Amino acid sequence: MDAPVEMYRMMCLIRQYENRMAEVYAEGKSPLFSIAAGPVPGEMHLAAGQEPVAVGVIHHLREEDVVTAPHRPHHFAIAKHVDLRRMTAEIFGRTDGLSHGKGGHMHLFDPRVHFSCSGIVGASFPPAVGAALAFRHRGQDHVAVAFAGEGAANQGTFHESLNLAATWKAPVIFVIEDNHYAISVAKDTSTAIAKNSDRAGAYGIPGVFIRGNDVLAISEAASEAIARARAGKGPSLLEIETTRFFGHFQGDAEAYLHPGEKDTWRALDPIPRFRDSLFAQRLLTADQDVAIQQEVAELVEDAIAFARESPEPQPADALTDVFA
Amino acid sequence: MTTTIRKLTMARAISEAIAQEMARDPNVLVWGEDVGVYGGIFGATQGLYQKFGQDRVIDTPISESAFIGAAIGASAEGLRPIVELMFVDFFGVAMDQIYNHLAKNHYMSGGSVTLPVVLMTAIGGGYSDAAQHSQTLYSLFAHVPGLKIVVPSNAYDAKGLMTTAIRDNNPVMYFFHKGLLGLGWMPSDDWAEVHVPEEAYTIPFGQAANIGEGTDISIITIGAMVPKASKVREQLRQEGISVEVLDLRTLVPLDKQAIIQTAKKTHRVLIVDEDYRSFGMSGEVAAILAEDALDYLECPVRRLAIPDVPIPYSRPLEQFTIPSTTRIADTVRAMMD
Repeated sequence: MDAPVEMYRMMCLIRQYENRMAEVYAEGKSPLFSIAAGPVPGEMHLAAGQEPVAVGVIHHLREEDVVTAPHRPHHFAIAKHVDLRRMTAEIFGRTDGLSHGKGGHMHLFDPRVHFSCSGIVGASFPPAVGAALAFRHRGQDHVAVAFAGEGAANQGTFHESLNLAATWKAPVIFVIEDNHYAISVAKDTSTAIAKNSDRAGAYGIPGVFIRGNDVLAISEAASEAIARARAGKGPSLLEIETTRFFGHFQGDAEAYLHPGEKDTWRALDPIPRFRDSLFAQRLLTADQDVAIQQEVAELVEDAIAFARESPEPQPADALTDVFA
Repeated sequence: MTTTIRKLTMARAISEAIAQEMARDPNVLVWGEDVGVYGGIFGATQGLYQKFGQDRVIDTPISESAFIGAAIGASAEGLRPIVELMFVDFFGVAMDQIYNHLAKNHYMSGGSVTLPVVLMTAIGGGYSDAAQHSQTLYSLFAHVPGLKIVVPSNAYDAKGLMTTAIRDNNPVMYFFHKGLLGLGWMPSDDWAEVHVPEEAYTIPFGQAANIGEGTDISIITIGAMVPKASKVREQLRQEGISVEVLDLRTLVPLDKQAIIQTAKKTHRVLIVDEDYRSFGMSGEVAAILAEDALDYLECPVRRLAIPDVPIPYSRPLEQFTIPSTTRIADTVRAMMD
């Protein structure tokens, strides 16, 4: 499969996953919505619309490269090839989950592919710097990529980590996903400058803003930043404009949006746009597209079925794994 | 065979343990503020920079969230970082990385991620550094599941416990008391400067040390209160009171059996702690005694600790808040009446 088609397939897989997760999450939560009810309890932050960020960047990574991700992690995890079955079982809180049910949707750990995430805003930056230091110390040309939302760029960890990584010339790529809102607070309400990427100048590293939620433009910028890091030239900061199709969490009434705001985003859905450009360039045929949609739907259904069939943990399992 | 006495300050003992582990394992790195050329504000990293160079002994910016959080990512990728943050009082700015990530990632990953990190810091008052530079706070960290808590009372233990800490596959918080380090520029209890073998050795976590046997009353304590309790033990022996002193050495894991055993033996327990009185070590030990040794006690458990006030600056005020040998001795006498 050509690289653009592979990226397209991955975006479709993520979209299918998030759309199905929205449905699965809703099970058992009507007529009265309760966050604690249903087969998938707890918070649910879905990333439909943000697929280009994950795919455009992670497409260039190897298995050994580290990804640290925030509380909205599924697109990053899927793009990093976290085991889809075990990830889904984790989200269901089952024994076959990545963490046997101890982590859940915001705390996915798959050391096999060097993926982790955190439910705390701004927490993804420092560990990425440390992982990069480990690679540099061993003379390996692996890199670490820290993803976070634009709201996290106002956290101390962001600024501390950029400075530290620049000082250490650590092979880190900081990626800010600008989906315009930190829950309900708009970026221009919270952030003193229009582009967080301009903040790179304060730390003497490259900063690039990528408009349009365009996977190929993202891929191009990420390729350069990753190559730079692998070559020992230090960190970069990318800020990627994107859109969040669902609410901050499932159940978010989104009263903070302007009328029609989401319609504008949906009209610019990155997946049909990318598909049409692949059609136009004759990189993809309609038949191939049908096959891709079928394949990703099967993968997602397989993962969900695996999760549903996996047993619940034994209650006393809660007492293990505090210490190694 | 002759035994050479090799007395080391606690600061030297700590830096020697780190140096030996760095020589043994190339994945051991040290970073933090002023740990390089300066050798650590309290001397815990002295000589390491000269021996191992700037790639393994790294001065950091004053960015505690970033450099403590970096230890999480670095240890997950196979390094064994030893990270110093000067005073325990400074940890507030980095708490999220510690209590939400360092302490929890092993558990939240179902055991698949291990984080062998040693976080070391200076604790304690007694030299008029006031409320933001004199706390011990180890109980705050002991409260959070997932962190091992080490508080040595002397140079021998300091070396062995540091070696164990570095080889442990879990996050370990290592608290050294400023008043035990043997620094030339502040008062230091010379009780802590003891014979330290040159070769590397380990002291298992979760094993309290019986500092002195006794039959009338037990003092259960940790850190800089251990020398004080030991001095009280000597003093009261001349008055005909036989005091047993138990040095807990680690709070997590905690040697519950030793706590219960000494209570069963002496039937009276005084807990002495330099942390705040409420919701801390002294309360936890008292609770263990209430749950598992109450029937053996001849009098109520007593506690001496910081009386739930910030540590004051002025000398007489500070000395009033930190348990003294006089107050320990008076309390023991009162409990024997």
